[in-house]
Amino acid sequence: MATMTMVEALNAALHDALEADDRVLVFGEDVGVQGGVFRVTDGLHRTFGRSRCFDTPLAESAIIGAALGMALRGFRPVPEIQFDGFTYPAFDQIASHLAKYRARTRGLLSVPVTVRVPSFGGIGSPEHHSESTESYWVHTAGLHVVVPSTPADAYSLLLDAIESDDPTIYLEPKRRYWARGEVERGARTAPIGTAAVRRAGTTATVVTYGGLVDVALEAATVAAAEHGWDLEVIDLRSLVPLDFAAVAASVQKTGRCIVTHEAPRTLGIGAELAARVQEELFYDLEAPVLRVTGFDTPYPPARLEAAWLPGVDRLLDAVRRSLSYDDA
Amino acid sequence: MPVSTSADALDEPVQFVAPDGSPGPADGYDPARLDDRLGELYEAMVVTRELDEELVNLQRQGELALFPSCRGQEAAQVGCASALRDDDWLFPQYRELGAFVVRGIDPAGIGLVWRGTWHGGLGFVERAVAPLSIPIGTQALHAVGAAMASSRLGDGGVTVAFVGDGATSEGDVHEALNLAAVEAAPCLFYVQNNGWAISVPVAAQLRAPSIAHKGVGYGMPAVRVDGNDVVACLLVVEAATERARQGGGPTLIEAVTYRIGPHTTSDDPSRYRDPAEEVAWAARDPIARCAAYMRWRDMWDDTVEAGARNRAADLRHRLRSAVVGAADPPAAEIFEHVFARPTAELVAQRAALLDELGQEG
Repeated sequence: MATMTMVEALNAALHDALEADDRVLVFGEDVGVQGGVFRVTDGLHRTFGRSRCFDTPLAESAIIGAALGMALRGFRPVPEIQFDGFTYPAFDQIASHLAKYRARTRGLLSVPVTVRVPSFGGIGSPEHHSESTESYWVHTAGLHVVVPSTPADAYSLLLDAIESDDPTIYLEPKRRYWARGEVERGARTAPIGTAAVRRAGTTATVVTYGGLVDVALEAATVAAAEHGWDLEVIDLRSLVPLDFAAVAASVQKTGRCIVTHEAPRTLGIGAELAARVQEELFYDLEAPVLRVTGFDTPYPPARLEAAWLPGVDRLLDAVRRSLSYDDA
Repeated sequence: MPVSTSADALDEPVQFVAPDGSPGPADGYDPARLDDRLGELYEAMVVTRELDEELVNLQRQGELALFPSCRGQEAAQVGCASALRDDDWLFPQYRELGAFVVRGIDPAGIGLVWRGTWHGGLGFVERAVAPLSIPIGTQALHAVGAAMASSRLGDGGVTVAFVGDGATSEGDVHEALNLAAVEAAPCLFYVQNNGWAISVPVAAQLRAPSIAHKGVGYGMPAVRVDGNDVVACLLVVEAATERARQGGGPTLIEAVTYRIGPHTTSDDPSRYRDPAEEVAWAARDPIARCAAYMRWRDMWDDTVEAGARNRAADLRHRLRSAVVGAADPPAAEIFEHVFARPTAELVAQRAALLDELGQEG
């Protein structure tokens, strides 16, 4: 067991994957000599050589399209798209080919590509560096979508994704990159598709993932201290596959469900979960499913992101609204 | 070999056989070496032409939803594919019937795609042919990645990205050319310049003097070849392939040819081009040219024609009997190839569809 930042945990996972399997390749913009703009690939180029970890030209569609071509020949590429907002040039390669290649070859070929993307906001970045892209990928059949929130999960889920025969979009919450946690090298936390109950509680269920897990836990602490509310916090960890059973079990217990994510509200994961919960758990609910999300606007300039991002207060307001249905 | 990174050499396409079938200057190549293969090339072109006709017929009879004819481009496709090893990966667009014939893909697997039985192509990847790629130019990047894989595997493999003149306007093709050049990837970019991107002529697609000229900008050898001269196509691709196998990197090849037919069976070229153009290009027919050249080389006799027509008839019959009234796949297959292991949602949705259809799970 060692204490690592998420960046270090991701680096360890890439190192261990490259060491365990010659078919693993790591590449992207500035991931070689420089070790990545967040240093996630630091040292890999030196340790494994240019044929295993290398810089590409500045061309995101090429990074994904070439990864697919390598996967067809048996490799397990782990390309990096440097920032969330730069996945859009590769959208066609991801949506038209990466997600569909298994189906397009009637199951004969799989494309085990893990696309790592430093993602989401909260660190005061310039424009196009704080996007929540997950709904695009979740809405595209054929992709696994993974969002870790702790160093241990970042390590474990990345190794799982690389070993998976399905293509994975692996969204790393930048604002958690430097948070520390215990990581057991060589150990796995839970397979992709398994949510984690980060805090057990009875008053209401808060469902979230990535950078907002920590916000939800902080809100739960405040809620307990100031209001006597006992929140249950679920970290989805992966959006596809979705561990809806974990959400359902919690909502059956609490009768209240609040979904929070940074992504804009309309057609976000919260919309899907609200639909599923009311479809499948209607009689368990004491209140409507509520959403605490980013707004349906472009991501704001850095000076305004604190106002835009869902935080503790907005989340506690939602809990209060959910509980108000008891008084009705 | 006569490829060049300077623009000067790129104006006139390499041609060994004139439209009347007479041999031209060898230009550093050895066309006579192909004499023994002329019968095989002729047969593949005849088979391509006849299967193409059969596929158009099947579409007109309502058995296929759509079909994009490759009529007129047989030499470009057969010549290219015949220069390669059987395990060199091909990354086609959707009009490469001639390459599929050379690879020995069962024509049924092509017909059933256009029937709508399944996407991509059946029996393709087993023969190192990627599924048909309809989003224009996107497959060029797959070819580069597969070539980079070959470099790492050390298997001596060369990949071929088939693109058209229209695709050279697509960002993915630029990214592919650049990445291949930077990586010295063993990848050929085989551009069939057939004059038309649906209704847009090549003159409205680029301002460069030719598509091959673009190779200069990527630092990549490039060559123009007469795409209706099967001998020239084969020898030019062979030379580029050998160079790539020896670590010499990619080549951009522009095969100048012509799409005699419509873009697809849904298209009407009379809306955008002068039929006189089609007549002029029909006079440059690649199959007749090959036959005339074979006579010139004393490689022709009646058995060549009879052999080619017999094989074509067999394959036409095989195609027709496989496609006409072909059974649809089971509806449950919609869910089968999404993931290695289906999600809980897919399992539930599959059950719901089967229930709706009154079928057993």
